[in-house]
Amino acid sequence: MIPELGNFSLMLALALSLGLAIFPALGVRTQNVVFMRTGSSLALGIFFFMLGSFFCLLHAFVNDDFTVTYVANNSNTALPLPYKISAIWGAHEGSFLLWTLIMSGWTLAVALFNRSLTTDITARVLAVLGGLNVGFLAFLLFASNPFERSLPFHPQDGADLNPLLQDFGLIVHPPMLYMGYVGFAVPFALAIATLTAGRLDSAWARWSRPWTNAAWAFLTIGITLGSWWAYYELGWGGWWFWDAVENASFMPWLVGTALVHSLAASEKRGVFKSWTVLLAIAAFSLSLLGAFLVRSGVLTSVHAFAVDPLRGVFILVFLVLVVGGSLFLYAFRGGLSKNRANFSWQSREAFILSNNLLLVVSAAAILIGTLYPLFYEVVTGGAKISVGPPYFNAVFVPLMAVLFLFMIFSPFSKWGDTKLGLVLNENKWWMLVGILGVVTTSYFFGNNVFFYGLLLKSLGALILFFLVKNLLQRVKNLSASYTGMFLAHSGIAVAIFGVVITTYYSEGKDVRMEPGDKLDLSGYQFEFFGVEKVRGPNYLADQGEILVTRDGKKVALLRPEKRFYPVAQDVMTEAAMHVTPLRDLYIALGEPVGEKAWAVRVNVKPFVRWIWFGGLLIALGSFITLFDARYRAMKEKAAKLFPLGVAT
Amino acid sequence: MSFQKSLFIPLAAFLAMTIFLGFGFQLENAKVLPSALIDKPLPNFQLRDLQSGQMLRSADDLIGEVALVNVWGTWCPNCVIEHPQLLKISREQNIKIFGINYRDNNVEAKKWLKKYKDPYAFSVSDDEGTLAIDLGVYGAPETFIIDKSGFIRKRHVGPVNAKVWKEELKPVVDHLRGLEE
Repeated sequence: MIPELGNFSLMLALALSLGLAIFPALGVRTQNVVFMRTGSSLALGIFFFMLGSFFCLLHAFVNDDFTVTYVANNSNTALPLPYKISAIWGAHEGSFLLWTLIMSGWTLAVALFNRSLTTDITARVLAVLGGLNVGFLAFLLFASNPFERSLPFHPQDGADLNPLLQDFGLIVHPPMLYMGYVGFAVPFALAIATLTAGRLDSAWARWSRPWTNAAWAFLTIGITLGSWWAYYELGWGGWWFWDAVENASFMPWLVGTALVHSLAASEKRGVFKSWTVLLAIAAFSLSLLGAFLVRSGVLTSVHAFAVDPLRGVFILVFLVLVVGGSLFLYAFRGGLSKNRANFSWQSREAFILSNNLLLVVSAAAILIGTLYPLFYEVVTGGAKISVGPPYFNAVFVPLMAVLFLFMIFSPFSKWGDTKLGLVLNENKWWMLVGILGVVTTSYFFGNNVFFYGLLLKSLGALILFFLVKNLLQRVKNLSASYTGMFLAHSGIAVAIFGVVITTYYSEGKDVRMEPGDKLDLSGYQFEFFGVEKVRGPNYLADQGEILVTRDGKKVALLRPEKRFYPVAQDVMTEAAMHVTPLRDLYIALGEPVGEKAWAVRVNVKPFVRWIWFGGLLIALGSFITLFDARYRAMKEKAAKLFPLGVAT
Repeated sequence: MSFQKSLFIPLAAFLAMTIFLGFGFQLENAKVLPSALIDKPLPNFQLRDLQSGQMLRSADDLIGEVALVNVWGTWCPNCVIEHPQLLKISREQNIKIFGINYRDNNVEAKKWLKKYKDPYAFSVSDDEGTLAIDLGVYGAPETFIIDKSGFIRKRHVGPVNAKVWKEELKPVVDHLRGLEE
């Protein structure tokens, strides 16, 4: 009964989405204000039924309703409750339900917070979002329905959730990622709305900015969490793999980063408008492309969902309609605004332009690397090739180094023109001290000096130096936008330090250890006490015990595990870690190699936490910009002009 | 209506990409038997043994009984996921698994095998990826079944898990072994 209710809710949401795609647009066409204003109530209805449907699936999971095929495939009576809930998005159908729920949430948010927009633009935006909702809901209902039942013969117990996904990181990672992916639908819809209306002015840039920043911040958190999860759950201490699915989330992030910056230039100076619109279209298109790559089975990867040809065809057709349609519109209407470019090569506009070029080129390079095996196969009629981290690192890192070079100057750059020579001359001694500091500390603490590492760390140090110096000059007059920029840029510098130091100075050993064996690594001593059997809710585990000491003093007692999940028939490595801001001690249990001996992997990873701390700083900065006084003033002004409220 | 030609570039680029994606998608749907080498002999090769680093191995070393040939690399997260299943097969199924270490760092690869244990009768270092290309490997991991005369009889793209083994690979192995008796 409950699952049928969920299914029915989806149908109602689809019907309302069709209404949302049609009525406001019809209102714009016939100049009928009543029709134009149907948007908000329809959006509320869609969200309501999506939420209802989500709770129905939640109910099925919590109550172990194994007549529902999706529940039977991804849950088990012994599965702990938090994982029963997160199992909703543990596989394709349910995660797409979450995706669509989030889409309806953003649609509702647009319907609620649109006071500064004119009625007809609001109607156009909501109609575009309605159309996207129709596509997602149709896909959900007809190609990946999570409410399908296997009656009358249903399994007595479920097949259990993939053990890799039974983890806190995976509870929060997909919702954040989808908030970001789907959030880019809002700037996308606004771009389409302004293109159809033929009003490519600065107002749309101002309105797009908070939405873009919010979506981008969520995407940043999602990617950061994904990297953190891979680090501790895949059991070998890597934090980025250039896996196809990671790339699928990284491409929209890079283009989104470009968009965040070019929107600033469009709003403040009225430049690059046509380009900004293209970026808004591209950011969302890449999100959709990511969905296609992950869900069609075109590329295999850690995260890949089950392959289903029908799904692939559906998403490809949807992709062609949405992306092809909007680029077609862009081709005819994108040139409507005439840019009067009036800035020097040292201006903030020029810096933003180089930022955009570098980010878009990086995204394109990653896109080529991700799709290259496919292209190669088509062109050569079946010959196959594989593209791995060597390509991505070789292409991506130098581009980023150039980007960081430009980033150094961003805090004191000025619209129109910057006296770059003056700034450099004023700070030359400080810059020299910074670089020398990086070189000497690397030399004394790292034992080793690497050119690339030194270059990147110096860039990071200079970025931080100019940020802080600029902050001290402006500390009396901090706006939310400036604070946000400061935090986000510092986040990049922090992440640079994390990435470089972890990459070059991590130490690790794989050893065979018997009870009583000791190992010295990076000044720490690891003593192995042996392994004992422990039992978890839905797994059995071998749990090792290792005492870590430094100069005779206890640092930590670590218990890495090797877990066996009987229902899923899977073995998982659960690494144990001791974490401080400056280093991680990371111990993973391998296989038994003798009577009481085990293979043990011990890693000391300096600064690894800085990578994710940097990511969170970036996201925090981006969220803070949402509180800028500009947007509040905008709302108040709109409220004065239209005392009864506009289009709500 | 006036418009600029340059604005059509994104549209053209996208359409070109879509055509490729469409083709690629159809190819992938034929994933079950995409290798042109099915029912052809194993391509010959001369590659170093991963563990010894010196000894040269050739196709002859793989021929003699029904066996699995598995393409792997330390840069491949799917291989980590697949690995416990390979260990289980080598332990319980009395079948040899030969490894092709695809475009990898030899030191890292040996460490990797030490860490996750080694299910392979032996692995060869395919540093340049030549053997993998001869085999038509799309990415790692991939698994081939060869019969006792060294003919490729089955190809599986992506990780081998319990289900794939039971439903796709084991029947072929059993069938080939049945033919021998």
